[in-house]
Amino acid sequence: MIAEPRIVEVRQNILKHNDQIARVLRQRFREAGVFVVSMVSSPGSGKTALLEKTLKLLRENYRPAALVGDLATDNDAVRLARSQAPVKQIVTGTLCHLEAAMVQHALEEWTLADLDFLFIENVGNLVCPSSWDLGEDLRLVLLSVTEGEDKPLKYPTIFNSADVAVVTKIDLAEAVEFDSEAAQRNIQAVRPGMRVIQVSSKTGQGMDDWIEFLVSQRRGA
Amino acid sequence: MAGSASGKQLWRPSYTLVRRMHELSIAMSIIDVAEEEAERHCGRRIEAIHLKLGALSGVVSGALQSAFELAREQTMFESCRLVIEEIPIVVFCSKCQTERSVRSPQWFCCAECDTPATQVLQGRELQVSGLELSA
Repeated sequence: MIAEPRIVEVRQNILKHNDQIARVLRQRFREAGVFVVSMVSSPGSGKTALLEKTLKLLRENYRPAALVGDLATDNDAVRLARSQAPVKQIVTGTLCHLEAAMVQHALEEWTLADLDFLFIENVGNLVCPSSWDLGEDLRLVLLSVTEGEDKPLKYPTIFNSADVAVVTKIDLAEAVEFDSEAAQRNIQAVRPGMRVIQVSSKTGQGMDDWIEFLVSQRRGA
Repeated sequence: MAGSASGKQLWRPSYTLVRRMHELSIAMSIIDVAEEEAERHCGRRIEAIHLKLGALSGVVSGALQSAFELAREQTMFESCRLVIEEIPIVVFCSKCQTERSVRSPQWFCCAECDTPATQVLQGRELQVSGLELSA
């Protein structure tokens, strides 16, 4: 008689090592009282500009810091350092997303208790980062008016995994004939109930709403 | 070119290219998980790894199959298959008060009554569900 192959049940998350590190990070963030926001978007949607402005405004009353993931350059980190907030670069090489271990490593020299907010800017990419938990409290997805209103429909997975959407470069909306209502409709179609905030990092429009939102989320965490 | 054993050791090119694709990271994690599990069944060859892959997992099954073929090289899983079960999205509909499917990922509402869906019950799976051992 030929013995049958046997299937044994396993039930292990594929990213369990990442999830374990993310869990430890989340616990450390909570104990230190730091509110952590991760940022995802396509390249060129204005993550760094929004972050630069956000760090500057938050610094008036809080102690923010940022980790920025970039494939090869340290341009973003240099730019953000102008805000005077602690900023650290995570060079990902050819990797298309950040993983929790990279965040853990990058934080080694920092004392978390010295921070109120930590921003983690992921690599510009709307496909890859969605599966990796980084221990964040809030996942922010950016959509710039120049990208078009249908971006959420093209990348529903990442929009569905996010907690809040920020529409950037709103000062250019008229010039590029951005249909704000259609954008709102599309975001709500892929992620019902998601809070959407419109900003211009350049003119400062909407930045008060954004900062107020962050502060209230931190208070509620 | 990757035919002989010695050739295989020198053959690395597309690895860096494919690393741009997150499916390779996932494939390497699958091998890590399967290696740990395999230790518990020492002596038995693993013929297949069974996965559950949710429609919202952000992982494309075709790309994952290709990535797995690369990742398994020079590991104990060289001739091992990957059996992927795709898991559809299931939500809890607040109006129907029961489990429902959604219209589509682009139209995330109850497939019966069109109520927008916020509570995802199923579809985010990224899980090794089983190992097929040789007799």
